[in-house]
Amino acid sequence: MKAVVVDSVAKTFKVEKNVVTALHDVSFEARQGELFGLIGPDGAGKTTLFRILTTLMLADRGSATVDGFDVVKDFKEIRKRVGYMPGRFSLYQDLTVRENLSFFATLFNTSIEENYDLVKGIYSQIEKFKDRKAGALSGGMKQKLALSCALIHRPSVLFLDEPTTGVDAVSRKEFWELLRDLQKQNITIVVSTPYMDEAGLCDRVALIQEGRILDIDSPEGITKKFGKTLWAFKADDMYKLMLQLEAMPEVESCYPFGSEHHVMFRNPGQSIESITSRLPFSHLTTKKIDPTIEDCFMHLMRSK
Amino acid sequence: MSQEKVISVKDLTKQFGSFVAVDHITFDVYKGEIFGFLGANGAGKTTAMRMLCGLSFPTSGYATVAGLDLFKEAEVIKRRIGYMSQKFSLYEDLAVKENIRFYGGIYGLTDKQIKTKMEYLLHQLKLEDQANTLVKSLPLGWKQKLSFSVAMLHEPQIVFLDEPTGGVDPITRREFWNLIYQAAAGGTTVFVTTHYMDEAEYCNRVSIMVDGRVDALGSPDELKRKFQAEDMGQVFLQLARKAVRSAD
Repeated sequence: MKAVVVDSVAKTFKVEKNVVTALHDVSFEARQGELFGLIGPDGAGKTTLFRILTTLMLADRGSATVDGFDVVKDFKEIRKRVGYMPGRFSLYQDLTVRENLSFFATLFNTSIEENYDLVKGIYSQIEKFKDRKAGALSGGMKQKLALSCALIHRPSVLFLDEPTTGVDAVSRKEFWELLRDLQKQNITIVVSTPYMDEAGLCDRVALIQEGRILDIDSPEGITKKFGKTLWAFKADDMYKLMLQLEAMPEVESCYPFGSEHHVMFRNPGQSIESITSRLPFSHLTTKKIDPTIEDCFMHLMRSK
Repeated sequence: MSQEKVISVKDLTKQFGSFVAVDHITFDVYKGEIFGFLGANGAGKTTAMRMLCGLSFPTSGYATVAGLDLFKEAEVIKRRIGYMSQKFSLYEDLAVKENIRFYGGIYGLTDKQIKTKMEYLLHQLKLEDQANTLVKSLPLGWKQKLSFSVAMLHEPQIVFLDEPTGGVDPITRREFWNLIYQAAAGGTTVFVTTHYMDEAEYCNRVSIMVDGRVDALGSPDELKRKFQAEDMGQVFLQLARKAVRSAD
């Protein structure tokens, strides 16, 4: 069975006198037990999708099911079965860590003890602060508490809206390790992120931009479809190198990527020597490389 | 990059009760440099940055910013620096033009200077058609570019950018870095924090804070060599994993 099915969902909002389209007929499916990523920048429509799937908002058009239940007709069933961690910290700041967790367990007619094995890996990391008010926790600990609260009723589908935004590289890595562990418990996880490098940690991803899905596939599937030759350029003055590459008529795109520039040429059979011979840089190196998800995302954005 | 120091910090420390948020940090930043200020959540970056901007009084140490003593002339320093925070410094209910005019006034520009800057900025950011649009209805990428330009309105010697590219799409993120490069090429020192490790590679030099101290400082190439790492992400992971203090 599909854990999540989204079929041609559209949503518009009125802002002042303008109508803003948050989602243009979006469709995707997440399989049971899958770690599915919605990858895209702010304003892509990720939060709107989450709110529709968790039955907090109605779509203008289209249909969606979660765990086999319809988001409109069966909203009560869905609310019992999903865990939702919104992008903004939304636990009770003036309740303690333990009180928050116990409150959410009670809401779902369960107890911390009953499902402790599920949250243990995460909750044990904050348990020593169990009497501290949630408002006084650090960002990383708040995030772990929010995840524990979203899990305490043993949901079958977990929705995580940008859990790693504003989180440092080390904590991000740890958080993804937690998600991998949870997946083993046969929980379907739909997670959104603006960090393109996190796409590779999902089973499948939807790349989303301005309310439209650019592509859906496994991370490897997406990078395989890139279909163009990509070059990495490096030299001692990277800024000048970029300006000169951008000015060349043969260059279709040139984007900085860490210590390299990723370059695509208009002509797929472009001779690299005819380019490098016109670049007066010391320590100039070039090599053919495989694209990353971020390369693919930008390529899809531009060819849209 | 010149050898003229625009920020000079020695043993700068900030204590909150018994908690040492920033622990004897020492470094210099040069004119026209892009200086990356990295650290895990809770390492003390924000506290250090707030001190350098004159927003938080240091407990001890020495520091000059824009040639002025941080302990004695914090108010003057504020006029010579630009600051762009993670959460926007723009007024959402004011139009693009009104935000520029407002900040021009705050920074003490004359009407004539504001007029010139206004035309220049609207043209440079290609926002001529949106001049009368409320900031809240601008796409995030535009807000961030405008926010940066507003922080640069009074031609500060140093601009502090606190996670300026969070959440924007990958193309806009690179366009934003172009603005940073241009500012630096024009002689402005850019002091920037980020969680994107590829952006650390775009800096001239990078410092990495761990538990309130500056544990590493150097050009990305120097640091990669020293820590035998392939990229700055690996350097960061090696250092940040040593942290004993809990996050944030």
